[in-house]
Amino acid sequence: MEKRKIFGYRRENGTVGVRNHVLILPVDDISNAACEAVANNIKGTMAIPHSYGRLQFGEDLDLFFRTMIGTGSNPNVAAVVVIGIEEGWTKKIVDGIAKTGKPVKGFSIERKGDIKTIAEASWAAKEFVQWATELQRVECDLSEIYISVKCGESDTTSGLSACPTVGNVVDKHCALGGTASFGETTEMTGAEHVVAAKAANEEVRKQFMAAFDDYANLVMTQKKDDLSESQPTKGNIAGGLSTIEEKAFGNVEKLGKKTQFVGCLQPAEAPKGPGFWYMDTSSAAAEAVTLWAASGAVIHLFPTGQGNVIGNPIEPVIKLSGNPRTVVEMSEHIDLDVSKILQGEMTLDEAGDLLIDCIVHTANGRLTSAEALGHREFVMTKLYRSA
Amino acid sequence: MNHFLVHEASDNVGVAVVDIAAGTNINGRDLHNNAPVTARTEEAIPLGHKFALKDFAVGEDVIKYGNVIGKIVQPVKAGHLVHVHNLKTKRWA
Repeated sequence: MEKRKIFGYRRENGTVGVRNHVLILPVDDISNAACEAVANNIKGTMAIPHSYGRLQFGEDLDLFFRTMIGTGSNPNVAAVVVIGIEEGWTKKIVDGIAKTGKPVKGFSIERKGDIKTIAEASWAAKEFVQWATELQRVECDLSEIYISVKCGESDTTSGLSACPTVGNVVDKHCALGGTASFGETTEMTGAEHVVAAKAANEEVRKQFMAAFDDYANLVMTQKKDDLSESQPTKGNIAGGLSTIEEKAFGNVEKLGKKTQFVGCLQPAEAPKGPGFWYMDTSSAAAEAVTLWAASGAVIHLFPTGQGNVIGNPIEPVIKLSGNPRTVVEMSEHIDLDVSKILQGEMTLDEAGDLLIDCIVHTANGRLTSAEALGHREFVMTKLYRSA
Repeated sequence: MNHFLVHEASDNVGVAVVDIAAGTNINGRDLHNNAPVTARTEEAIPLGHKFALKDFAVGEDVIKYGNVIGKIVQPVKAGHLVHVHNLKTKRWA
């Protein structure tokens, strides 16, 4: 396959982004109001409110910091204003993001109040957005971008068309030295041996199986029934999927035919180099995409059957569907129609090339359907109750 | 027109890629080797839903993608719908 070029933003640390956001990032739930006020004051900035950041501890707190620092560090982000109630955790997030070399400033509310904090943070946000809007896109190789993949509201057409189309792109992107990541640990159930067989070596295979067994054990110990209300979802069932195993085999079509995965990542952990990486994520769309965005992914490929509508504040989500009904009834959400595959009128290789065209257009700045519709789902994964 | 697809030659269910009426002789394709496959529906099969390519007894495995996707919990005759009413997971049960 030919090498494609894109016009992206080359960040201070050499990574390539395809968006140029100035984020107003709350450390905790009670700083959301101040962040939203700053984003309202200074046009062209974006607050990403969330529900956590207080009294977390242990591994759950580590994941929280990894998610916050990773989100600010994503190459799609030009600069960040961080606001928290207390100085300590605010500074920890600021210092983490600052390692990328991008502009970042922190503000804490205690002993000052919302109004003064909002005023000070607004001055910083104004300076950042005027600086960021002057940055120019430069020519980069498509293989320099990090892509994440996950499907949702799947049906049987996903496994026949949209998922193997993504698999085709994973094969092509990784063959050219690109970076990509898949996850959805629970949705490997029944097909975990197919995934394990794609591990690059025995150590990676063992790490994957350990993560899978750990998650499967959580389901088995917490479940109250056969999960028939949760997995598959009602939408999956309406689309013809009957069991988690059937859903899993459709899901793993995204992994491609040739590509092996080179390592296993913790949730929100950045890949350690190029190639295809497994990340231990849940299968809930907004949670999982938030984790990939925090790991540095700049474009997400999202196959859907029945029509999931998810987006993310900083990582453009490209949706493709092979369901001939969905691409008509929910056309405003679908960036690429691959339904011709079902009638044998389009090959997977042709569909993969169309998806690469769509990635190039998106990388060059064209808004995805989810961006145009204002979908900004930012949902942190929480491992257990706070202290 | 292509009425249905099967993922692998060993699959014992087909997937409708259009809405199919009951009592239709249907044409399909094996995605693995592109070979033509034929069948007949005995009840209506909506787009995306599965139907039996053989008669199933209770306890038999359903094969799709060349792999087990669950077990039959109600007898199913060839040409009938295979879904949550007669097929259950073997994993989270």
